Amino acid sequence: MAIVVERPKLKWWEQLYLPALAKGMRVTLGHFIRIVTGKRKVTMQYPEEKWDDHLPEHYRGAPALVTDEQDRERCVACQLCEFICPPRAITIKPEEIPSDDKWAKVEKRPKEFDIDMIRCIYCGLCEEVCPEQAIFLRKDYAITGTSREEMVHDKERLYEIGGQRIGLVNKWNELK
Amino acid sequence: MDWHLIIAATIKIVVFVFLMTLPLVAMSVWAERRVSAAIQDRVGPNRVGPAGLLQAVADGIKFLLKEDFTPEHVRKGYFWLAPSLVMVPALVTCAVLPFGSQLFGEKMVIADLDVGPLFVFAVASLSVYGIVLAGWASNSKYPFLGGVRSTSQMISYEISLGLSIVPLLMIYGELNLGRIVQEQAENGWALLPLWGEGLSVRGWLLAIPIFISFVIFTTSMFAETNRLPFDLPECETELVAGYHTEYSSMKFALFFLGEYAAMIIGSGLAVTLFLGGWSLPFGWLTPESVDAEVPWWHGLIHIGTFFGKVILFILFFIVVRWTLPRFRYDQLMRLGWIVFFELALANVVLTALLLWWFN
Repeated sequence: MAIVVERPKLKWWEQLYLPALAKGMRVTLGHFIRIVTGKRKVTMQYPEEKWDDHLPEHYRGAPALVTDEQDRERCVACQLCEFICPPRAITIKPEEIPSDDKWAKVEKRPKEFDIDMIRCIYCGLCEEVCPEQAIFLRKDYAITGTSREEMVHDKERLYEIGGQRIGLVNKWNELK
Repeated sequence: MDWHLIIAATIKIVVFVFLMTLPLVAMSVWAERRVSAAIQDRVGPNRVGPAGLLQAVADGIKFLLKEDFTPEHVRKGYFWLAPSLVMVPALVTCAVLPFGSQLFGEKMVIADLDVGPLFVFAVASLSVYGIVLAGWASNSKYPFLGGVRSTSQMISYEISLGLSIVPLLMIYGELNLGRIVQEQAENGWALLPLWGEGLSVRGWLLAIPIFISFVIFTTSMFAETNRLPFDLPECETELVAGYHTEYSSMKFALFFLGEYAAMIIGSGLAVTLFLGGWSLPFGWLTPESVDAEVPWWHGLIHIGTFFGKVILFILFFIVVRWTLPRFRYDQLMRLGWIVFFELALANVVLTALLLWWFN
């Protein structure tokens, strides 16, 4: 059944419009006064105030490569991250570790490791897929540059952002 | 030639128009943005200078540096003429506003005309030509519609604007704004007859038609300056930007500044007619008569009072803008022609009856 909504019948003083104006002014001036007296906080003043200290542990910022406690690179250039990356931001050129190297057992390492930060969507799949815990999403979020080339993080830059991380990684495990 | 008069007038023009009104235009743009931001729980421009006060300077530089693009299809001559036709009348009306009592023996009004309000209406209504020309010369649909709307709106509200101050002029028997202010300084502001001769049955009863006048005058002022809730000529949701859609750079800025200048002059006129102009309440520091000697520091206080009142009135303009939604066009026309026109006429009759009663 159709419901008929009655149009409210306005009293004569309601039709004058002036009471409505006063009511509206009370709302807007209320907001104005609350802001001016600082009773309501508006927003974070970004460049002066940053939320760096309040970032949660699980925050997903720029992906970066990490080294272990002996400064060995963890990445084995398996290219899983390159293939899982949805926007194809990661490009890896692997190379073989020469047999006279101390860590020849690892066999493979990245010769070049580029992440195009214009493409990266900070999804964290690379971190999730990495079997060697070599790539992590850090808390850096203000990644800027003045050219496209500058926005591509190469291996050196990735290690610089990533730094060191301590913990068990499979490839150094002698028993495996 | 009396060089003394010319030099004094020039100094007054430079100081009042270029050193007070134009900076006030810039400041009111800033105030508009900060107040609207506060009303909407935002911050507003706060980067350039202390509290963003220099934002207007940055905007001005931006407008000057932008490309001044003239579309291929416009009528060039009129297209160039229109922005100045909006800006100039608004500034010319400054001439008759008494912005202070006296300073060093000089009356603080550029032209002490005996037809003050009439001059203001005559010149201020010229700015409709600027808008119409802009709408027509742009040679495209949205500006044209904006121009047409603005014409009919301004012509309609000019009637009630003019009629609304007739009761006031009847009561004062005077068209010289300086003497009207002096009268209010001695006998209570038009809206607040709380001292002098205003504190009587006559004064209080006459305050009723004056209040009606004030409501009509202020509302018509909103319509005349194309501000919300009557900003139909440029309403963004329907007409992109209305009559200044095709304008860019400094020409657009002139429209923008013209609107704010008109707003300031409108506020100045409302303050002068209804709120006692430069006078302090309760007859404090009131000069003996219009031509009486005034100490220089009284003169400065009077100037400060005038600008304080104008600034408060502008803030009222701004708050109203961010409070009310836009009227529909037929509502606007009905309000102008059916409500305000009749009300203003009835108000004139009411005032006449009251004056006749008390005579």
